[in-house]
Amino acid sequence: MATVVELPIHSFEGLVDPDWCPGCGDFGVLKSVKMAAAKAGVAPKDLVIVSGIGCSSNLPGYVHAYGVHSLHGRSVAVATGIKLANTSLKVVITGGDGDGYGIGIGHFIHAMRRNLDLTYVVMDNQIYGLTTGQASPTTMKDQRTKSTPHGNVELPINPLALALVSGATYVARGFSGEPNHMADLIAGGIQHKGFALIDVFSPCVTYNKVNTYPYFKKRVYKLEEDNGYDSSSMGVAMERSQEWGDRIPIGLLYKDDQPTYEDSERVFKKGPLTQQPLRADKAVFQSLIDENL
Amino acid sequence: MSDVVVGIGGAAGDGIDKSGDTLAKTAARSGLYAYAFNSYQSVIRGGHIWLRLRMGQEKVQSPGDHTHALIALNQDSIERHAPEIESGGAILFNADKLKVNIPIRDNVLTVPLPIGELTKPLGAIQPVMQNTVALGALIFLLDLDFDVATSVLADTFAHKGQGVIDQNVGVAKVGYNYARERFVPLGYKWNFTRKRRPFLTGNEALSIGAVAAGCKFYSAYPMTPASGILTWMAEHSERCGVVVKQMEDELAVANAAIGAGYAGVRSMCGTSGGGFALMTEAIGMAGMLEAPVVIVEVQRGGPSTGIPTKTEQADLNQVYGASQGDFPRIIIAPKDIRDCFDTAVEAFNLAEKYQCPVIIITDLLLSEHPETVEPEYFSAEVPIDRGEMVSGWKSGNGTFKRYAFTKSGISPRTIPGTADTLYVAATDDHDEEGVLISDVFCNSAVRRKISEKRMKKMSLALRDLPAPKIEGRADADVTLIGWGSTEGVIREAVQQLNASGIRTNQLHFKYLLPFHGKESTAILKGTKRTICVEMNATGQFARHLRAETGHAVSEQILKYDGEPFEPAQIAAQVRAIVEGKPRSLDVTESEAREIAYHYVRVHLNDEFRPGRVQKAAGNGLGEAIWKIDVVTREGGEKRGELRVGVETGSTYSWQPVR
Repeated sequence: MATVVELPIHSFEGLVDPDWCPGCGDFGVLKSVKMAAAKAGVAPKDLVIVSGIGCSSNLPGYVHAYGVHSLHGRSVAVATGIKLANTSLKVVITGGDGDGYGIGIGHFIHAMRRNLDLTYVVMDNQIYGLTTGQASPTTMKDQRTKSTPHGNVELPINPLALALVSGATYVARGFSGEPNHMADLIAGGIQHKGFALIDVFSPCVTYNKVNTYPYFKKRVYKLEEDNGYDSSSMGVAMERSQEWGDRIPIGLLYKDDQPTYEDSERVFKKGPLTQQPLRADKAVFQSLIDENL
Repeated sequence: MSDVVVGIGGAAGDGIDKSGDTLAKTAARSGLYAYAFNSYQSVIRGGHIWLRLRMGQEKVQSPGDHTHALIALNQDSIERHAPEIESGGAILFNADKLKVNIPIRDNVLTVPLPIGELTKPLGAIQPVMQNTVALGALIFLLDLDFDVATSVLADTFAHKGQGVIDQNVGVAKVGYNYARERFVPLGYKWNFTRKRRPFLTGNEALSIGAVAAGCKFYSAYPMTPASGILTWMAEHSERCGVVVKQMEDELAVANAAIGAGYAGVRSMCGTSGGGFALMTEAIGMAGMLEAPVVIVEVQRGGPSTGIPTKTEQADLNQVYGASQGDFPRIIIAPKDIRDCFDTAVEAFNLAEKYQCPVIIITDLLLSEHPETVEPEYFSAEVPIDRGEMVSGWKSGNGTFKRYAFTKSGISPRTIPGTADTLYVAATDDHDEEGVLISDVFCNSAVRRKISEKRMKKMSLALRDLPAPKIEGRADADVTLIGWGSTEGVIREAVQQLNASGIRTNQLHFKYLLPFHGKESTAILKGTKRTICVEMNATGQFARHLRAETGHAVSEQILKYDGEPFEPAQIAAQVRAIVEGKPRSLDVTESEAREIAYHYVRVHLNDEFRPGRVQKAAGNGLGEAIWKIDVVTREGGEKRGELRVGVETGSTYSWQPVR
């Protein structure tokens, strides 16, 4: 394995400051993403951060790296195209729960079953913040929001369990109140070869008065500190992914080393697409015509 | 007789494609031109498949107007098509199973082939090889070269070994000899130049063009009739260095293609109308990010799921209007198969030069029908222009301005991995450096200038595109206007009209956006009577032409039944217009028969077929009716009568014979 040369975090300082509400959980995620990239030794020019739409999807604009602030729900698809076009890039996707688990859930599931080498950080605040407080796919049952004034009647999605059954090979959960811990999880995801999901409790201080910093501070515990937790076991991970209530696990839930989609793509035997010759080989071209004679 | 049209009719799964391909390649390798169109249904087995193959000494540009020879693989095909075979033609069929049980034209040769007896000496053969016996017989009747057919069969079955090749050639020879011993050829005289021309579809030509242009990424979701590009690309992926990604839906398809374009490779995706509808938001994103991408929209019959295996040109409004807001886009409609190759190359150059989405709009007819094309048209040495790019940035220059405001509107681009040109491409509107001007720091001045910057690219692109031109005589009384795949069939209609004394020329459009409004207006001012010919129900292009030029076409010829235009159909309508005769949307006799076939299929069973068709008074129904006898296939006995409205097409009643 190549030696990792850590970079100073200020290498990733973006052009403008975030416009999130003071106290927003996303500040912690922004810091952790930068720390993780520095820790993983990814040069800013080789890092592409792709997001969708929502408060948290503004994140790429606050990092000195390449970025695409794409469409609502489409970040994973855009990232797929970028990664396949240039496999030498590190591609990190950032976004919210509405973006990734609502409108974009199809792409999320399919990217996991492909085990593409992508790192996906979801700032899960269990609410639609930018549209001022409607129920999201992870809003808890019975919670009152602007769109569920009598309480949410739907069950929330369990992103970790979903990732496990969909084929993600690195499944973790972080908390904005623990930025260093989260940075390690994200750095691990970047270094992991395969699809990494890091679901992050990133409280919305304005529109979600239930799932707050104190709510999580009281409940979360680190899997790394749980003696004997085995992150290589699907069965154990699946069981632990169901834990919710007084105790909620954060940390690395599951990791498995499997061949990535890129490993199986024959065209990449000749290197990343951006570095392959543009023009078709003349003999190959002629054969394309001749097969129709 | 400069060309011949062969029809092969049967059910899906009868191997019609393969037979047609063998015959077409036999003609093509001998130096003749060929054009095939397969009218098929959205079923894998059964249904009615009707392949028409036109072969000629001169270039053939449409399926033609007449059918001269029929190979019928089932009884249904005889009943449907035997009556339309021209005098001097032939009907070939398996006499063990089928018979000509309906009236046919005078002087049509019937060739009942005793397949069982003929192939007995060859041992057990596959049922689909009955086609090959007929093929052999037809090669004799059409005076084609049997040795060339042998070479085609050898190449077709090369992967199955010499035994299979010998068997197929043997079976064909049996048919050939049988015909030679009993019949005289139909009288076609060919001059075999032996110039070999590739015989390929629009989807194939477009894919090859993309490869020549350096396409490195193709994404798609299976959808007829665009799937041919996906399967061609998948089959040739490794050889051509194209990553082919089947995605979960067309949202992902378009977004991934744009991601790849942003990241620096030539990227394309393809779909039909329904899939394109899902792509529309992403197309606006490509406009906003100024990311190059090529999108192929292969139209089929709409609306909604529509008629998935039939052709139409009714997605024009959709491609013009795709996605919210104003953004630069280029729309090109290739005119024929060769042009599919050229258009693919052009599209990639335009997409990268102007950093915007380029939409290639074709249709089922153009994408799926194969045709011979001059081999010298295809070259690996195509022009490649990647547009203005920045390979490095001096640190003293300040922040890299990805969206620099320039006079041309083009901002030199860069790709991820390049040092010191880092930027974020955002779908929110942004300033020169890519910083958002949408939320906290909304800025109307920056917004105005960046919007102008983007749209300036359209007027610049227009200068790159050749303006439309009148083709044909200057003294025409009638100008036929069309766009995209109908160029060839309209050209043949123009020839027919001129031959019959109606002075006609043609104005055809390939570049639909940006549009040559000024040039088109000048051309249209010089025309006498304009008739717009389109494969849709509402005249979508005529409306666009009017918006761009103020010119309202005199008349329209519209077709939306799913089958392609035939030249004589266009010519007949032009003649009616010129002669001031009313044109009618009434159900024709052959359509009445089709409606009866549908009724038989749904409410009766395949022991029946339509028989005699007569027009009669409606007697209280408010319109005249077609009275269609429904008869037994076996004995032709009348079993009932169907009544269909001449004007509305309503199936009024079914009266069984008591």
